[in-house]
Amino acid sequence: MSAVPVPTVRIQRQDFDVAAEIARLTQGRADIGAVVTFCGLCRDEQGALSALELEHYPGMAEAEIGRIAAEAAGRWPLQGLTVIHRHGTIAPGENIVLVVAASAHRQAAFEAANFLMDYLKSRAPFWKKEHRADGSEGGWVETKEADAQAARRWQRPSE
Amino acid sequence: MTTRLIYFAWVRERIGMPEEDVDLPAGIETVADLLRWLRSRGEGYEHALQYPDVIRVAINQEHVDHREKISGAREIALFPPMTGG
Repeated sequence: MSAVPVPTVRIQRQDFDVAAEIARLTQGRADIGAVVTFCGLCRDEQGALSALELEHYPGMAEAEIGRIAAEAAGRWPLQGLTVIHRHGTIAPGENIVLVVAASAHRQAAFEAANFLMDYLKSRAPFWKKEHRADGSEGGWVETKEADAQAARRWQRPSE
Repeated sequence: MTTRLIYFAWVRERIGMPEEDVDLPAGIETVADLLRWLRSRGEGYEHALQYPDVIRVAINQEHVDHREKISGAREIALFPPMTGG
């Protein structure tokens, strides 16, 4: 029996290497049968966007993602879990967020990664501001009701 | 007791500062009381908090709802709905 993994959570300005993060979870072990990665990237919105500025709440960002990751580790039989969220100025085509979930079987890894992204969107203290290609200020990105709904579908009857 | 208030995104821009230390007057017991009191402090606050229902709040870096008691809070953060991920 492997112990419940302690999730790795990193909030950073610099980019991340997806292959290196997968290797970090799988290296030296043979009990992992499934690794699901989700990588969120910055879109250019048909050329209208020049950059996204990601503001975050230092301290709480780590703590809140840590709480969400711990909940995922409690709900699914995971053998490894990594969440990396960038902040600062991010250009179209660049990475924003990475979730890597490792498990013996695929279903737990898929579901845990999906859950993490839905909860991250509605609970992790990050805010996106758009910078537009024509130089005008694009303003703050608004939340989508679809994201809130996506998070609610994971709630258990007792919640 | 002094409480640190921290603002993010358009709440920060409208209030015009990232954080401040305040001495809360007597009678400010809940998050809702705090939002009501802050709105009376000037135009920027009124602009930021005119729709209090949309304002999200964290006490000591944990999400709370507007009924939460704020006694003993070292740090209270006010911000718009989050758009990370």
